[in-house]
Amino acid sequence: MSWTRKLLRVDLSKGTCTSEALNMDWAKDYLGQRGLASKYLSEEVDPKCDPLGAENKLIMATGPLTGTMASTAGRYSVITKGPLTGAIACSNSGGYFGAELKFAGWDMVIFEGKSDKPVYLVIQNDKAELCDGSHIWGKSAWETDDILHATYQDPQMRIACIGRTAEAGCLYAAVINDKHRAAGRSGVGTVMASKNLKAVAVRGTQGIGNIDNVDAFFESTDAGKAVLAENAVTGQGLPAFGTQVLMNVINGVGGLPAHNMRDVGFAGAENISAEAMAEPRTSDGKPNLTTNGACFGCTIACGRISTVDKTHFSVKDKPQYHGASGGLEYEAAWALGADTGVDDLDALTYVNFLCNEDGFDPISYGSTLAAAMEMFEDGVITTKDTGGIELKFGSAEAFVAATELLVTGEGFGKDLGLGSKRLCEKYGRPELSMSVKGQEFPAYDPRGIQGIGLNYATSNRGACHLRGYTVASEVLGIPVKTEQTDTDGKPELVKAFQDATALVDSAGLCIFTTFAWGMDNIAPQIDAACEGDWSVDNCLEAGERIWNMERLFNQAAGFTADDDKLPKRLLEEAIKSGPTEGQVNRLGEMLPKYYEIRGWSPEGEPTAETRQRLSL
Amino acid sequence: MQHIIIGAGPAGVVAAETLRKADPEANITIIGDEPEPPYSRMAIPYYLINNIDESGSYLRDPEAHYSNQNIELVQQRVNKVDAAAKQVTLADGSRRAYDKLLIATGSRPISPPIPGLDLPQVSSCWTLADARAIIQRAESGSNVVLIGAGFIGCIILEALVRRGVKLSVVEMGNRMVPRMLDENAGGLLKQWCIDKGIDVHTSCSVESISAADNDQVDVSLSDGGKLSAALVISATGVKPNTELLDGTGIEIDQGIKVNRQMQTSNADIYAAGDVAQGVDFSTGNFEVQAIQPTATDHGRIAALNMAGQGSEHHGTLNMNVLDTLGLISCSFGLWMGVDGGEQAELFNADEFQYINLQFEGDHLIGASSVGKTQHIGVLRGLIESKIHLGDWKQRLMENPTLIMDAYIGCTQELGYS
Amino acid sequence: MQKSLNIDPGKCTGCLQCEMACSYEHTGTFNPSRSYIKVFTFHHEGRFAPYTCTQCEEAWCQRACPVDAISVDMATGAKVIADDKCVGCKVCTIACPFGTVNYSQSTGKVVKCDLCGGDPQCASACPTDAITYVDADWTGYDKMMASASKSLPSAEVTA
Repeated sequence: MSWTRKLLRVDLSKGTCTSEALNMDWAKDYLGQRGLASKYLSEEVDPKCDPLGAENKLIMATGPLTGTMASTAGRYSVITKGPLTGAIACSNSGGYFGAELKFAGWDMVIFEGKSDKPVYLVIQNDKAELCDGSHIWGKSAWETDDILHATYQDPQMRIACIGRTAEAGCLYAAVINDKHRAAGRSGVGTVMASKNLKAVAVRGTQGIGNIDNVDAFFESTDAGKAVLAENAVTGQGLPAFGTQVLMNVINGVGGLPAHNMRDVGFAGAENISAEAMAEPRTSDGKPNLTTNGACFGCTIACGRISTVDKTHFSVKDKPQYHGASGGLEYEAAWALGADTGVDDLDALTYVNFLCNEDGFDPISYGSTLAAAMEMFEDGVITTKDTGGIELKFGSAEAFVAATELLVTGEGFGKDLGLGSKRLCEKYGRPELSMSVKGQEFPAYDPRGIQGIGLNYATSNRGACHLRGYTVASEVLGIPVKTEQTDTDGKPELVKAFQDATALVDSAGLCIFTTFAWGMDNIAPQIDAACEGDWSVDNCLEAGERIWNMERLFNQAAGFTADDDKLPKRLLEEAIKSGPTEGQVNRLGEMLPKYYEIRGWSPEGEPTAETRQRLSL
Repeated sequence: MQHIIIGAGPAGVVAAETLRKADPEANITIIGDEPEPPYSRMAIPYYLINNIDESGSYLRDPEAHYSNQNIELVQQRVNKVDAAAKQVTLADGSRRAYDKLLIATGSRPISPPIPGLDLPQVSSCWTLADARAIIQRAESGSNVVLIGAGFIGCIILEALVRRGVKLSVVEMGNRMVPRMLDENAGGLLKQWCIDKGIDVHTSCSVESISAADNDQVDVSLSDGGKLSAALVISATGVKPNTELLDGTGIEIDQGIKVNRQMQTSNADIYAAGDVAQGVDFSTGNFEVQAIQPTATDHGRIAALNMAGQGSEHHGTLNMNVLDTLGLISCSFGLWMGVDGGEQAELFNADEFQYINLQFEGDHLIGASSVGKTQHIGVLRGLIESKIHLGDWKQRLMENPTLIMDAYIGCTQELGYS
Repeated sequence: MQKSLNIDPGKCTGCLQCEMACSYEHTGTFNPSRSYIKVFTFHHEGRFAPYTCTQCEEAWCQRACPVDAISVDMATGAKVIADDKCVGCKVCTIACPFGTVNYSQSTGKVVKCDLCGGDPQCASACPTDAITYVDADWTGYDKMMASASKSLPSAEVTA
């Protein structure tokens, strides 16, 4: 069955930890992790609540496969109502924390209420305890990790925590686990900070021994691993180049936005690409990339572990950044680099370290900074606002200086922590925020790649590539090639990707497996591990159910079809040059059809019939 | 070639086996005075809690092992060693000649000068016979006083607690296991025992024991307290059994003096184990260690030299591992540190977790820990290999739990590939 | 030809498939805390190093065992713990200078790598060939073993 069938409920207001049976009726409909935790959130939290108020809850949830030998099965998600968007938020992370939570005997932890002083939670198998965290409040995520490891004297303890950025109120703060893996988006770390919860430290030694059908499990997971190993993307591309393999590819096909999405195509792309990361540098002859690293159980190992050039201005006098740490992934490299016009690989890597060290989302940060740069260029923001920083596109110095302000929320850092929507509103240029539902875009231009625009517009957590990665089909031809600039068939494509992703995110698996795996690879692994019928059809239906449930949460929170939109720039300002020259996103051609095939009304609301079909 | 080994503990048995390997033709005789087949005192606590029966304490399978190796086992006390005649005299008056003799007679509990220590309610805990006596007297609900919270005392705590006795421990030192653990660690053990319902008196000694009604005794303490007990266990330390060599002219100090070949001042007589004053790895001095791993090392090196294969003893590291009612502690080498050295430690009393590392320059020279079971042997590796820790010294100063990482980091190529 | 585990830290990605395979083989659960092979993470260097018993010639653990509970599997050369003989005294855990014999509080016995009787599951599970089971002669792993044990002087034969 693979679930531990147990959840830990932590009432931060009362300071209590209680064990509770997992609702297995719900598990059969929502599987685990994203789906099941969203179900708990929907049932227990008023969608209209203040995301940063005591009435919001924060759930850390694993999937039934988390902690098993299935490839990539180490994932957990942080589910809450997000402060950046006001929508349901679900941020997924790898590393080792999720599996450890499972080994301690817990499928999920629900945090409710709010502590009146800083605390951290320590879980050692069945024992769970809230401890005074005043000594770690104000520390970075890295320091917090070190301090807790020293306190418990156990190098194998796994820690998820927030850094100083969350404490400072940045609305896109992340939860960092294992020092450089992040539940990165939508401000889930900000919610954690609002509850005065600094960290969760877990040690589990109980293991997972209740696989439903052991023979079928090993057969299906071994087969799955073989598929990943033989696939060119998961077997070669990702381990060698990481997601950064996309930098030159997406730039080449006219899908790489730049300069706050004013342009498509970035001249400096090569300088910040996977290829550049592998190039030995002149100062010490070593490349930026030290090695690739895996998350728990992952046989792909796309993770980047990098160093910054010790002679680079950003770290020259800061030996604490001279070691290896989590390096640039594609989305971060794009947002921190192309979108801000900065093509200085070392500056990007350093800022990426800061994203991990103090816990904030590089996508939202890069995009917010890009919007600020555009407003600086337009004279709306001046050096008076920035504290003297010449916030110009392409300036690595300005980029580094601004980031250091963001970390602690000093001066202009406070503004940058608002996210682009609030920042642009504050300075009177709301149209310059490149976001949907308040969350910033990732690294694919919706004008050059049409389907991803529809996915952004309809994503339940605001603009996000990880809710329906149609780029796989539209650019890479996985599982079939669709034309980037066509809108035909895109609603169907988006729906299929969104539903399948919802299911993968609920299983404990990594979405990157789907470069190689279809549902026919995934369903048998779930089916073997879990009780109940997890056929391909049932898996897809569960995915669709989860998607609709999230939609209903947002609807109850006050979101309407009016929020399924893209910024005017993407609908009206055509791409100026390159392979996709002349394109705008044609959302209007896709959205009605999308609603229709989803079984939603023209107003974008799941119909009674649809709700009934999906038992919602 | 006739080899005689006096003493059937680990030093004697390992010596016999090593001799057999080195010289398939030699005659090898082990003479031991206890009635059981060669057994390990380390196993006694597990016998006391019924985890094993008596045969589980045997060093080797008594049915087959010694006969297969053609090692003669003689169960007798040796009364005399005649070094000039190269003969030993057994209790039954018979004599045996040797070419090379190994004294591996071990040690025995010391009897502190406490009035009443000879009462029948007082037992030591050293031999299987002692263990049987303790089992008989330590009935559930009865009061038991343990004198000495040293290594031996601590390892039998669990057996006593599990038998359901009401236990008091009286230790002269200011903490538990003072000769193995520092104040932090010894204090943690004390708290652990108190939490488990044991009445622990430290910085306290027993002044006298006197008979009382109902087969009980009264135990008077130096702090003025008085305890009533059905059983008193005396575990205040051990001393080497050197008396056998009295009058032979062989040099004896704390134990039998040996050189680096484990040879005594008589060229044909060797000594090993608890009775021998061998080289301590850390200090280079000749000291009695009285621990199991040292006994086997001694036995092996003595045997190689007895067989004519030169082998030099570079010193054994003093080390101990102790399970006190489920709380595991260990110490290695110069765990108390040296003048001019540096130390790193982490201490978490709430979690019963402790680690302390002692450095001299960039070498690790000693260590102790509480609550750790994973990879602790690497402390021995780090100390005995005298690895230059380099950068790892500073990392260990910051986080002393990274002992395994330091060892791997120092012995494997981890730089950029 | 006897085989041994050959470990190449440069190829390890830290995925812990080896730890899961090992724990599943020996305990029937996916439980890295009970794996006999352990991957150490060197964050600063950006390296991962799997580490387990080298089945060293010296057999420090075997020599230290007071009750003859550790023997050599003649087929594989592995030093193997006999659970029915091990009393849990832990002397081998401090005697092994490589730190690869550990006490398991859940079983009250010590545990160590037994090479899975000749089919080490860690090697089978490793996706990057960082752990392989190869002819003992050319394992690079014993270089480390040799250098380390050479520096452990207490049993050196000088003849």
